[in-house]
Amino acid sequence: MLTQNDILSTIEMIEQQHLDVRTVTMGISLLPCCDENADKACGKIYDKICRSAENLVSTVENIETEFGIPIVNKRISVTPISLVAAASVCHNYVEFARTLDRAAKQCGVDFIGGFSALVQKGMTESDIKLINSIPEALSETDIVCSSVNVGSTKAGIDMDAVAMLGGVIKKTAEISYKNNKFGCAKLVIFCNAVEDNPFMAGAFHGVGEAERVINVGVSGPGVVHHALQRVKGEPLDVVAETIKKTAFRVTRMGQLVAKEASKRLNAEFGIVDLSLAPTPAVGDSVARILEELGLETCGTHGTTAALAMLNDAVKKGGIMASSSVGGLSGAFIPVSEDEGMISAANSGVLTIDKLEAMTCVCSVGLDMIAVPGDTPAETISAIIADEAAIGMINNKTTAVRLLPAIGKQVGDTIEIGGLLGTAPVMPVHRESSKSFIERGGRIPAPVHSLRN
Amino acid sequence: MNAIVTVIGKDKVGIIAKVTTKLAALDVNVLDLSQTIMQGNFTMVMLVDLAASKSSFEEVKDALNELGREIELSIKIQRTEIFESMHSI
Repeated sequence: MLTQNDILSTIEMIEQQHLDVRTVTMGISLLPCCDENADKACGKIYDKICRSAENLVSTVENIETEFGIPIVNKRISVTPISLVAAASVCHNYVEFARTLDRAAKQCGVDFIGGFSALVQKGMTESDIKLINSIPEALSETDIVCSSVNVGSTKAGIDMDAVAMLGGVIKKTAEISYKNNKFGCAKLVIFCNAVEDNPFMAGAFHGVGEAERVINVGVSGPGVVHHALQRVKGEPLDVVAETIKKTAFRVTRMGQLVAKEASKRLNAEFGIVDLSLAPTPAVGDSVARILEELGLETCGTHGTTAALAMLNDAVKKGGIMASSSVGGLSGAFIPVSEDEGMISAANSGVLTIDKLEAMTCVCSVGLDMIAVPGDTPAETISAIIADEAAIGMINNKTTAVRLLPAIGKQVGDTIEIGGLLGTAPVMPVHRESSKSFIERGGRIPAPVHSLRN
Repeated sequence: MNAIVTVIGKDKVGIIAKVTTKLAALDVNVLDLSQTIMQGNFTMVMLVDLAASKSSFEEVKDALNELGREIELSIKIQRTEIFESMHSI
């Protein structure tokens, strides 16, 4: 039986603590769209996306109205384009990106992900074409997101791809800068990428997935922060219990939306991703949760331990609340999208090195970090390699989304806008990693990959 | 379909009358109602049934929003499942 307090606490969570469903993402298989003729393939892709997601936005808006839950983003993820376009005879895949952009705009969604390649053990000709097309593709489109998986616990790390991607990220930043866009905010490099992630920029529809799937990402840093204000000074096991209970409620809401959306859209229910995804709004920050636990500034000693506890408690609370948990599930720590992280980075307490340590225990990786525009491509590759190594050894997803700030130095700030926020340019080590990156080849899979 | 209507704001004469009159006009049946003053705020929670209503959920919601603006109170309507899923196993 519902009590008045239950009802009012839900309303308070939504109205004052920024509780929302961050995204309803429809995954669509594009495998039937392969064609030797690239124009024909693009035509099939456009038709399939428009047909599959025709009612996505209106259906999700109806759910939003009936349940009174804000659903911030409606998105589409598709089969990695390096697989779909492999059959087509063409020099690059920019036209495929333009097609995704047009189709997504026709459907009215916020983003479309899947301009992607999976190269953890090696690159096909198609993968190389896709990676080389990324800078132009991201500067010529508005809402297309791209990702490349360069490593996995099973396969090791493809260091040739890592070496290429440092240059690709720099080139993307340079071309985007000329066009006054932020292409690099739409490009993420993964290790152990998941096939059912609803969050951008890394969403793609894995080949092991059904024809059409609904994946939902819930959020709620503000709700967790508010709950923790009621257990000030209590031991950390009490804190963990409080986070679990809060995560349970938040995830139940996501589960309800996911079930309802998949039923109405006649699509498979995929997963609920129970991530704490911050926004630049005050009161919606993961860094401020860590500070609520007793750290003066996020990034100081103790931050990794606090984040580990938070990340684990979120998962434990969410697991029972959903029939199928997946995606990235945990706490996100994107710098530019989190008001507390921005403040900690500006104060110099939060550094890239500390963020790297934090990525060992949180759900993803080095996310939305602005680095000086003159950072060498090899240094960017080396940052990717470090992060991929953490993912590979620890059997977890890690990712890198760096924003080389062209013409800017440490102390400057770049404004990306909207949910993507503001990024202070953070220092990177100036000592060279060039000779290491130039070696190329593969880092073999770790010994614990041999589990058969 | 059952839904929860919540009315929150500064207390004044005739709130319950105005809200229930509007619901009656929309053929929305009130099943249960509780009202209290919390931290100086008028707070009312109603369980309602929309089965007999000829208006769509969105029309009922818009009508209640409009009444809320008129009498300067927050009036919301949400399907009961959201509260049930968040607060019970």
